[in-house]
Amino acid sequence: MVRGRTVVAMRKHPLFGLMVEFVEPTDVVRAAHEAYQAGYRKMDAYSPFPIEELSEALGRHKSGRLPFIVFGGGVTGLLAGLGLEYYASVISYPMNIGGRPLASWPAFIPPAFETTVLFAAFAAVFGMIILNGLPMPYHPVFNVPQFAQASRDRFFLCIEAKDPKFDLAATRHFLEALEPKAIYEVDE
Amino acid sequence: MTIFAVACAGMYPILHMGRPWLAYWLLPYPNTMSLFPQFRSPLLWDVFAVSTYATVSALFWFVGLIPDLATLRDRAQNPVARMIFGMLSLGWRGAASHWHRYETACLLLAGLSTPLVLSVHTVVSFDFTIGIIPGWHATIFPPYFVAGAIYAGFAMVLIISIPLRVVCRLEDFITEKHLTNMASIMLATGLIVCFGYAMEAFFAYYSGNLYERFMLVNRMFGQYGWAYWCLLLCNFLAPQVLWFKKFRTSPFWLFVVSLIVSVGMWLERFVIIVTSLANDFLPSSWGQYIPTRWDFATFLGTIGLFVSLLFLFLRFLPMISMYEMRSLLPAAKVNGGKGAHGGGHA
Repeated sequence: MVRGRTVVAMRKHPLFGLMVEFVEPTDVVRAAHEAYQAGYRKMDAYSPFPIEELSEALGRHKSGRLPFIVFGGGVTGLLAGLGLEYYASVISYPMNIGGRPLASWPAFIPPAFETTVLFAAFAAVFGMIILNGLPMPYHPVFNVPQFAQASRDRFFLCIEAKDPKFDLAATRHFLEALEPKAIYEVDE
Repeated sequence: MTIFAVACAGMYPILHMGRPWLAYWLLPYPNTMSLFPQFRSPLLWDVFAVSTYATVSALFWFVGLIPDLATLRDRAQNPVARMIFGMLSLGWRGAASHWHRYETACLLLAGLSTPLVLSVHTVVSFDFTIGIIPGWHATIFPPYFVAGAIYAGFAMVLIISIPLRVVCRLEDFITEKHLTNMASIMLATGLIVCFGYAMEAFFAYYSGNLYERFMLVNRMFGQYGWAYWCLLLCNFLAPQVLWFKKFRTSPFWLFVVSLIVSVGMWLERFVIIVTSLANDFLPSSWGQYIPTRWDFATFLGTIGLFVSLLFLFLRFLPMISMYEMRSLLPAAKVNGGKGAHGGGHA
């Protein structure tokens, strides 16, 4: 079954992009910076540990939506906790406990605090996972066997074929000028 | 360690409810009697505090493991292991944008769990206030329980990490500097705890309350007086050797002091709970507490549960975060400062 792009030769699978491998973190940051300067946008870099400069070089400066999601989670948790306590003590089953008011809010603070933290923590974890598009057991970059090193001691930069500036020959030429350790064509 | 300890800590109240299979009655859920738990009670606050603490700790633990699970997936030789680690790592591929959000999430989680540590131990001390027994109402309890938790926690971390770094040759990862810093924290929190003991005694005396004063004298010189003096020996005198550099920097002595502190913290709970309960208001209700073999069995069983879970973790998952260690390497530094500014490469 032969299908897909025929830029240079007939490919068995469509091309996902071109990937370069580096040994030093400094090199991948430089490469990402130059690729961004050259106008490439649909690309991502892969590293075994977080590199702050790398996401900056890729043009991602903003701290993103996650802190707002976590704040929203916390507010939801606070309202849910207080709401639950109010509903249970005032509406559903009012009970006179030592002559205290039914809505004895000072006593309601500790459980509401706990639900605030609980919901905020869930928002942080699931917000991070969902915004990252995880879980994603399959991704084209895993088709390059050497990519297994990305979780150990190698650094990768992948420019996707979807990028409007992408041209197999020209992009390859551009990437070769960055002096990578290796260059791979990534199958879809 | 927290999660395993919370699992053990959960065993005690659940087993002591008498009907442990009804533990879910503690939670607010819609039931056929439309009954809700009593939200004004510290005992219910404790249910919320402990379950939140356990959940958030478990989440933080799992999130911290994701990049390392990806490493294990990529290194696995066995296809079954690769599949299991692949599932658990959620397909983590170390993309720059993912790392960025990941670090934000970790920072926020760390910030969220810190007040949880304070709240969970504060609420535990509130549990005592609900009882009418003398000796359970000192207002110093919340901060002194928090300090006690940090004190006992660091002692436990030292008890686990000192043999581990020798057996697994982790001296380069858990350095003497780490141990010395932990010893300093132990000394500081230990002194706060001892201040708590002093204040507890002072409050009992200064309250002018007959029963509180009797409790104080009874605690020191009554049938359980030995436990009180052992407690002071373990938690007050023994850690004072940490003032000396020779002891702070010696893993052997740190291990010994940590063991003594753990015994001391156990004695603290024994003193607070048993001496107050054994001799309360009416001499007719006085008695002596003698542990039964089931008490010993529960105690040994929870130690066994903790050690089994800990060893399973050490065997199957990375005991030290791999990706954090990697980012500490000198080779992990990006030269020339911010790459985006360019021109700075030597």
